[in-house]
Amino acid sequence: MIVLEKRPQPSRFWSYATPVAAVLATMVFGGLLFAALGKNPAVAIGTIFWDPLFGEFAFYYRPQILVKGAPLVLIAIGLSLGFRAGIWNIGAEGQYIMGAIAGAGVGLAFYPLEAWYIFPLMVLGGALGGWAWAMIPAVLKVRFGTNEILVSLMLVYVAEQLLASMSLGLMRNPEGHGFPGSRNLQQYESAHNGELIAGSGMHWGVAAAFIAVIFAYVLLNRHMLGFHIRLTGEAPRAARFAGVRPSRLILFCLGVSGALAGLAGLFEVAGPAGQITIDFNIGYGFTAIIVAFLGRLHPVGILLAGGLMALTYIGGEIAQGNLGLPAAAIQVFQGMLLFFLLALDILTNYRIRPRKSEVA
Amino acid sequence: MKLTTLLTSAAMVLGLASGAMAQDKTKVGFIYVGPIGDGGYTYQHDQGRLAVEKHFGDKVETVYQESVPEGADAERAITQMALNGADLIFTTSFGFMDPTVAVAKKFPNVKFEHATGFKRADNLATYSARFYEGRTVMGTIAGRMTKTNKIGYIGAYPIPEVIRGINATYLAAKKVNPDVEFNIIWAYTWFDPAKEADAAKALLEQGADVILQHTDSTAPSAAAEKAGNVITFGQASDMAEYKPRPRVSSIIDNWAPYYIERVQKVMDGTWESGDYWGGIGSGMVEIGEITGLPEDVTKEAEAIRDQIASGALHPFAGPINKQDGTPWLAEGETASDADLLSMNFYVEGIKGEVPQ
Repeated sequence: MIVLEKRPQPSRFWSYATPVAAVLATMVFGGLLFAALGKNPAVAIGTIFWDPLFGEFAFYYRPQILVKGAPLVLIAIGLSLGFRAGIWNIGAEGQYIMGAIAGAGVGLAFYPLEAWYIFPLMVLGGALGGWAWAMIPAVLKVRFGTNEILVSLMLVYVAEQLLASMSLGLMRNPEGHGFPGSRNLQQYESAHNGELIAGSGMHWGVAAAFIAVIFAYVLLNRHMLGFHIRLTGEAPRAARFAGVRPSRLILFCLGVSGALAGLAGLFEVAGPAGQITIDFNIGYGFTAIIVAFLGRLHPVGILLAGGLMALTYIGGEIAQGNLGLPAAAIQVFQGMLLFFLLALDILTNYRIRPRKSEVA
Repeated sequence: MKLTTLLTSAAMVLGLASGAMAQDKTKVGFIYVGPIGDGGYTYQHDQGRLAVEKHFGDKVETVYQESVPEGADAERAITQMALNGADLIFTTSFGFMDPTVAVAKKFPNVKFEHATGFKRADNLATYSARFYEGRTVMGTIAGRMTKTNKIGYIGAYPIPEVIRGINATYLAAKKVNPDVEFNIIWAYTWFDPAKEADAAKALLEQGADVILQHTDSTAPSAAAEKAGNVITFGQASDMAEYKPRPRVSSIIDNWAPYYIERVQKVMDGTWESGDYWGGIGSGMVEIGEITGLPEDVTKEAEAIRDQIASGALHPFAGPINKQDGTPWLAEGETASDADLLSMNFYVEGIKGEVPQ
């Protein structure tokens, strides 16, 4: 028999080693899964992890990892600030949608004018849209003590309905033959969030994600506000004695995460997605919650976690296309990765010991 | 701002390379919006893919990607297929339109076919089926069979294709039963069994005893079976497991002949871009076996099917007014394809509004 024994201090070694161990465990068990489906496990695993980075067409996939990872990192960074302080914004998906709607709305309002100031205004609109949507749960919580988890989550569905309405009504492309969906911003030079360097995948959203990582790092480690955030999460009573004002912190954390999610939505709609459509949102706001925890709510960790998630998405698509693996198998594979990460996390705080033999 | 020049040049090199490889095997790709096991729309497209494999044997290699979201991810999925040397790629849902256009521009040597869209290029053709012809047959059955005079309809998205289906069904049902009323629920998804089941339950609670669907899963039939005494129709696929009731007939998309023909043309080097719209007459739309209905209703439905096939009956023949009462088609007029393709209004008699 074995027992779990709590460590006096979280293990430094395991906090770095568990992500690696989780990836290895996923490879083993994922490999078994693929073998059970009649595919060569080594080839399948190689396709998922190797091909996007170093395969024949890596010149195309590497930039795509940035494109896929940027919104995840940008949103997760914002969420992690609140999560550290025990403020749970679960509605980033809705803020992402509202940012896209507001930002695209600014751009479409100027159509067909070409001017340098349109895109910066759209960025502002996107951030404001997301911020405003996050302010609803924030103000309700501060003013009436409502639960921000429920309010922010429910507002996702409101935002989805608004998105459908925009695609079918106000923002519908007048030249779209009655089909839903706005004009394609990729074809509107002044509003297009194109690649900054051709073929690199770097668009403004990717740049914003890197900037957000740096800012979050500085904020948490070098700034009084960051200290207050950490303190509130780790020792709420001590935080009160230290003079932290909870309502200001709530407004700040929800506001920042909303604005970042809104920015992610704007960069996506003006870039890779191109249009406001009914199906514009594909779950970045929810996946970002996973990314935030996968990265242990640490800015650099989130950057790595976002990259890893993006890699499995891209690699998973390649495996589907090349090997004929079903989409569901890829999702199981991604699920395994998260499961093992969380499961092995226990090694950080506990150690496994053989139980001393006892008299029965 | 600019397409990636690197990608374009690489694509051209690869395009040449894949052209050379094409001499031994033609590679055909399919992009699906749902899972191949949806039992409906995507399932039928995949049956078409399998028919291509069977028909050409070793001369062809097919690849597919299922459950591709309509948006930025679709562009990558299509690009990936083109990079891997596909000669012909079918993108089988409306939402893949702009991504397909974008990828087609980057890969001039690859042929693309987009289902149900309207944007074409030299290497991008469009194709669709006249599903609304099948709706006329279903509407006739619905009008005859309803006792509550309430017919429920689950729509996916308020796009012309779906609105066309609702109008065709309503006109046919009203013709045989002037008292019918339609309740329409929009699911905002092509495939989501839970949402579709919820929609079906809501319609049943509103008193509907006939349910039609323009979504792809069998969930509405399952809900109807539980409720009892309700009839449904197979959508896109026969959904034969719900025979003889609740499913009493179906509209089947038969893509196989078209896919085989287009692959053959790529092999022969005679492929050309264009727009193909097939109906009951050409066999692209089939009416599934009619089961569990009284003899006279079955006969009537079959007669309507045959009249549409021969061209004697047009589902949209005047006089028809729009919902607001303004005339649309005069006596003796039939709807043009252009009108059908951009239809965004209900015909007179349908309650409610097209969502805006």
